[in-house]
This record gives sequence, structure tokens and C-alpha cells, in this order.
Amino acid sequence: MKAFAQLFLSLDETNKTNEKVKVLKDYFNTVPDTDKMHMLALFSGRRPKRQINSTLVRNWAIEASHIPAWLFEESYHVVGDLAETMALLMPQSNASSSKTLTEWIAEINALNDKTEEQKKEWLMESWAMLDSQERFVFNKLLTGSFRVGVSQNLVIKALADISGLEPAVLTHRVMGSWLPETYQFSQLMEEQDAAANISRPYPFFLAYPIQETSEKQKTPAEVGIALGDAADWQAEWKWDGIRAQMIKRGAEIFIWSRGEDLATEKFPELHPFLNALPDGTVIDGEILSFQNGLPMPFNVLQTRIGRKNLSKKILEESPVAVIAYDCLEYKDEDIRYKSQAERREILEQLQAETAYPEIFRISALISFETWEQLGSIREQSRAMIAEGIMLKRKSATYQVGRKRGDWWKWKIDPLSVDAVMIYAQKGHGRRADLYTDYTFAVWDGDKLVPFAKAYSGLTDAEINKVDYFIKRNTIEKFGPVRTVKPELVFEIGFEGINKSTRHKSGIALRFPRILRWRHDKPKEEADTLESLKALLGE
Amino acid sequence: MAKKPLLEFTDRGIYCAQGKFYIDPWKPVDDAVITHAHADHAYWGHRHYLAHYLSREVLLYRLGEINLQTVEYGETVLKNGVSISLYPAGHVIGSAQIRVEYKGEVWVVSGDYKVENDGISTPFEPVKCHHFISECTFGMPVYQWKPQVQTFNEINSWWRNNIDNGLATVIVGYSLGKAQRILQNLDLFNGKVYTHGVIENTNEALRRNGVILNPTERITQESLKEEVRKGIIIAPPSSVGTPWMRKFQPYSFGYCSGWMAIRGAKRRRAADRGFVLSDHADWDGLISAIDATGCECVYLTHGYTATFSRYLNEIGFNAREVHTLYGGEEEDPSNLPEGKASSTGDPEKKVLPLGEDLGGVS
Repeated sequence: MKAFAQLFLSLDETNKTNEKVKVLKDYFNTVPDTDKMHMLALFSGRRPKRQINSTLVRNWAIEASHIPAWLFEESYHVVGDLAETMALLMPQSNASSSKTLTEWIAEINALNDKTEEQKKEWLMESWAMLDSQERFVFNKLLTGSFRVGVSQNLVIKALADISGLEPAVLTHRVMGSWLPETYQFSQLMEEQDAAANISRPYPFFLAYPIQETSEKQKTPAEVGIALGDAADWQAEWKWDGIRAQMIKRGAEIFIWSRGEDLATEKFPELHPFLNALPDGTVIDGEILSFQNGLPMPFNVLQTRIGRKNLSKKILEESPVAVIAYDCLEYKDEDIRYKSQAERREILEQLQAETAYPEIFRISALISFETWEQLGSIREQSRAMIAEGIMLKRKSATYQVGRKRGDWWKWKIDPLSVDAVMIYAQKGHGRRADLYTDYTFAVWDGDKLVPFAKAYSGLTDAEINKVDYFIKRNTIEKFGPVRTVKPELVFEIGFEGINKSTRHKSGIALRFPRILRWRHDKPKEEADTLESLKALLGE
Repeated sequence: MAKKPLLEFTDRGIYCAQGKFYIDPWKPVDDAVITHAHADHAYWGHRHYLAHYLSREVLLYRLGEINLQTVEYGETVLKNGVSISLYPAGHVIGSAQIRVEYKGEVWVVSGDYKVENDGISTPFEPVKCHHFISECTFGMPVYQWKPQVQTFNEINSWWRNNIDNGLATVIVGYSLGKAQRILQNLDLFNGKVYTHGVIENTNEALRRNGVILNPTERITQESLKEEVRKGIIIAPPSSVGTPWMRKFQPYSFGYCSGWMAIRGAKRRRAADRGFVLSDHADWDGLISAIDATGCECVYLTHGYTATFSRYLNEIGFNAREVHTLYGGEEEDPSNLPEGKASSTGDPEKKVLPLGEDLGGVS
């Protein structure tokens, strides 16, 4: 654990990528192989199962800190991180544990069949055994929010440097479901991949935005200059659903979402077509809800994903289908090296053979001759229930991660509305103790009705100014939320708008974010609920 | 009829009606008693100033020609029958708590303070009183300082490491207080100490005041980058990210502040290293200081006043929040990083040289 705690500390002590990679390499070179795999699991979002619920951990931490519960809560809002709050509040300790990360995780996992009393005893003893920095990472292990400020790419780079293997190969090998208890470091490092698991997905290829910021719109002519001959590109609609990779191997099927969650059971409608695919097939596409052959807005799908159990009603109300747009494996062969055009041909052939064309759909190619023409087709995106257009170079291979060059997303301009900030809440992580999470309202007669929350879009300097305003213009405090004097006006951008029965305003926005601070607008000139509802387009 | 309190909180500052003077007023008044020379406590525009003699040169440097009377710690000044005396606050060189007594009733205004002896400011001395007016910049239990020797060991070994790796070392702290505290605790066997002009101006003011500081060299156009790289550069927060700082590249940049105790705050600063070093009392320091006064009532002027007063009341103190302008923008950690935020109003800007950080807190 010492080494792992030190790893955290050292990563925090530098902002430079090269140094972070060096720190990671030093860690890999000093700890036992089992620790390496546990670290890799944690840094790629595979945290151990939570064995003590966080309310209990919190309560016992309050007990160990000898402070009232309300003061613990206030401290949490200042720190913005539960594990860190607990570590800071406990009495200082000079103890230190020589147990390895692997041993600690094994102990945590062994709590599974223990009574609450036994768990508490174990936890109190463990805290007493650790110094502050060790407590912090230990609390992270327990409470499970393992954001480390180091991308998986950096960890992969460190491993690649050590092993001489290609980063893309390693990225692939750490995809999917594996357990640090059984996946061996030596397997990960093998020259030839022998440990391949039939469920393992490929790393997703992600498109780069053509418009880097919403302020600067690119004209078709500019797109043309950047991308060259229109004939080298294929265009499709950019669908607004769940990106997924669907696997049929060894008579089994697997559906992976982009967050590397195994979601096979969430989409039973897709099972028949997947089972009917030839063995050794992997398809990349978008899962969407459909009604009468037309895609439905994302929020329909969203309510469905949120449910634990898929009731009959839900399956009837928001049945899903796939819009497939790529094929990564065919006849047991990894075909990512083939060109976009070749893979497309294979995909079309697979789709033509399916007995479920309503479920296994294909993303239609948009035919266009010039960029200007495509630019005007893009204007119809909203009517197509699409977010814009995807551009893929016909000669492109299927690459790993977000790469510039061959896949581009050309999104439509967001919808926007001017709104007044009325509530604020402190953020987390690097925004701890700063008011960064805002609720916005529009006018309904002479009342301000909240309709959206947004967290992003302002620069650090603007956040500081808004924070300063909030701290001096608070009307009321409700726990962590402050009611703020309605005064500041912001332009809020969003991708879509839908009716909602769950919100007071009667509407729900998709991806609301702050486009800019309207210093020039008094609050009276903010938009109205009526004008927002007009965007519902009914 | 209820007796009028000896000190009141007004929209100009803390006021003593009986003695007709203000303590750390933020609007121009006739008679001002100043706890210390930081900009949020020592404003421009008063007709008469009273402060500790070690604040003299810094006040004159920051505020220009002012009518200033200075005293020693423990010395008593009478104003309309009210006796005023200054006691060490341990915050920065020359910082004082103001003790005010009239007919046996004693009030103490802490200004800003810390209880740890930093080896350069006269150490904090608890003063018995009936009413204590306290800051609580770090009045949350998550703020607990380690002894400064530990932090300086970290700083000195970081500096050595940078020299070994061919990196320049830039350490950032406020120009009055933090900068000298750093200076006096650096391991000079490592190399020379260079200063940003704003910090050197403050150092010179202190030296004029008879304070003995370790040798420093002001960075100028003529400074040789290769030489500077072997030493350490003390710079104010306002220099972070400026072309002035970039010319020392490649460098490692460390930030010294109490806010560095929180990981998120540290990450927001984007410093290479955050060193937890504050000139304010931590949680335990505040409670022990308040307890030592034996006061009947404690008034909290700035910092986490709501939380801290609630807690004090729960553990048996009689505490209340009062509204003042101390801490200015800098009371909020959010406003620290750029160090450019100036809440101190226009008068300051007329007097201070361009690029001066108006800094007080942290």
C-alpha cells in the first residue's frame, strides 16, 4: 500500500505528462506483478465491489474523527471528495502498513460475508494502521470513486515503454471484463496474445470534432480545405443513441457500451439478430429507441437505461434497434486493418443476410458531390433526429481511441436560450469549495422557473467571478445549495428539448451547457418558458 | 438601557465610540489603528495611523506619505481615556492584536494571526479579554498544519532535486509575510535566493525597518538565466503564468498556501508542487487561541464564519458572525490562484507600483 500511496502522491506532484509516465514506470518496476494488475484494474475503472456501503463508512469515519456529523458534511463540501475528507479529519497517525495493495484488496473482498460489527472492527483497525496518505487511497478503494487525474492512455504508455508492445495492442488487451485476481501480468505482456477472452471488445475508434468550440462555426468551404476531395469521404448521420459494440463469438453474444459496461441484458430485443450472426463477428453501431420505424429522441432511451428491471411496459414503449456502421471482426478475423470501404461492404453483406432488418439496421450513406451540398444536408439533422454528420475517410483503418484525421463529427449548432442563474452548488475534485454547479431559470410571467442545470462552459477566471458573486449574493442556504439573487444571465446551449413530467418546467434538455456569460443582458431580458416550449416543435 | 459596547461593527470598520478611533477601517476615517500592513487591513486615505513600528516602512512603501505613529508591543496609547496596546499576532512581521480597555472592560482585535512560531514574526501571545474579535480564514477541521520544519524539509529537498534535474525553482508566496518566511527557512547551502521585484521592494522596506533577512538578489533584465537556474526564485502569486515567469523555463513551480491542504484546490492551481504553509491559524490553533483569551464572547470576522461559530457555540463558547470586508477577495480560495484580484479599491492602485500584488491573506 505504501508504494500505491506514494504513486498517488507522486502523480499529484507533477503536471507534466512525461514525468507522470516516469512515475508510473517506477511504480510498475517496483511492485509485485499482482499489484500491477490491481493498479491497472483501478486505473481503468475496475474498482473492487463495494463491501461496506458508503453511509456506514461515513458514519464510522465521523466516529473516528470525533466531530459532529453536520461538521463532517460541511467539511465534505469544502473538500469535494469523500475519501479525502475522511483522511483529513481523522486524528494524525504515524503508523504505516507493509501490506501490499493485493493484500488489502483481498481483505476488502473478504468482508463480503462478515457482519456489520466485524466490518466496523476491521475498518477501525485498518485506519489506525495507516498514515494519512495511505488512508486516503485506502478510502478511495473502499468508497470506490477512483478518479486519479491520469488517463488510461498514460498507464498504457508506461506499460508499452516497459514491455516494448504497441500501445494499441495493450489497449485492446485491457478491454472488456477481466479480474485482477486471475488475469496475470505475464499474460498481458506476452508476445502473442494467448489470453484472449471471447467477450473482449475492441477499443472504440472515436471521431474528432470539426468544430472545436461552439463559438467558431466552420463553413463547408473551410471543411473542404481541411478535408480535401469530397469523393474521398463517406458521410452518415450522427445518431444520438448509445454507442455499442456487439460481439458474437463461440455461440455467445456480448453487448458493450462505450464506457466498457457489459450491457447484454439491457437490450433483449437485440439478442435474436446477434445470435443469428455468424460466429466471430463484431459490429460497431448505435443503439436507439425506435417507433414506427423512426428513431426516438435520446431521453426515451435514457429513462429506459435508468431502470433496474425491464418491464414489459418499457419494452413496449421504447423498443430498441441498432443502427450499425462498422464491422471490426468477420469470420474470426480482426479486420480493423481493412479500409472503411472494404469494411462497409462486409457490413452491408451481413445486414443484407439478416432475418431481422427492423432490428439490425444499417446507417445509410448520405450521397453528396460537394461540401456545400453536404453543408445544406446537415441543416436537416434535427429533423432526422440526428446530431449532425459523421465523416469517414474511405481509405481509413479502424483506429484506437480519439484520433485526428480520418473520422470527424460535424455537429449542428446547439439550440440556445438566455437564462438567469438562481441556484448554485459547490463542485467536486478540482472545483471543490467553488460554486460551479448552477441551476438556470427562464421567465414564466413574473416568476423564474428552473429548467436546467449546467456545470461547464465557463473559463476558470469566469468561474472565480461567478463564485465571488454567489458568496456575496446568497439569499438562502439549503444544505449545500444556495439560492442566489437572480441577476446573472447566461446563454445556455443544448442539443435537444423534450417534454418531461418529472420537471417543474415541463421540459428536459439534452446536454445543457453554458455557452457564454451575457454581461450585456439584464435579467429582465432573459428568455421565457413559452419561447423554450416553442422549440419543442409540435 | 443596554450599555453601548466598547467596540462596534460599522460600515467603515471596527469602531470605538468612546475612543473615537477605528481598527482596520476600509473607508477613510480620521483615526485608524492598524493590525498589520496587508492591503485588506491597511487601507489608504485615513488622516492618522497607529501601527506597530515593524510595519512602518512597509506601510509607507505601500501607502505613500501617511501620518503614522508607531509603537512597540505592550506599549500603551491613550485615546479619550481608552487605552490601546499592541500584542504580537504572529501573522507576519509587525502584525499585532489590538487590545482596547476602558473602565476594566477589555476587547481584543486579532487581525490575522497564527499560533505557530515561524521564526521571523514575533510569536503570537494570547491576551486575556472579555470580547475577542477573531479571524477564521481556515476555520474548518480539514485544515490542520504540520510543523513548518516538515514543510521546509520538503521545499528544500524539492529545490535540490530541481538543481539535479537542471530545472529552475520558482516558489510562490505573498510578498509580505510568506516571502520572508520562506526566505529565512531555505537551505542556503543549496544556492542563492533570487526575488521578484515586488518581493524585493517589501524586503527592502523591512530591512530599512531594521529587520535582518537572508541575502537576496533582485531579478532584473541583466540577471543571467543560467545563474538564476542554480538558485531559487521567490515570486508573488501575480507572477504565475506571466511572461516574466516563463522566461525561466524549464522550471518547477511550487505554491505555498494553506489552501494547498486540499487536493482539489491544489490541482486547480496547476502548480507542480503545493506546499501547505499558512500564516493563519489552523482549526486547532484557532480554538486554542480563542480558549486562551478566556473571553465571554468571540466575534468572527472572516473565513468560514458560519460553520466555525456554530461549532464554537456547540462546544460552549459564545460566538457570533460579524460582517467585515477583511479577507477581501482573497478569503476565498477561488480567488487566490491568479493573485490579481484586487478588492482593495482604487486608492490602493494610485499608490502601488504596477504589478504589485495587493496580497494579504494565506
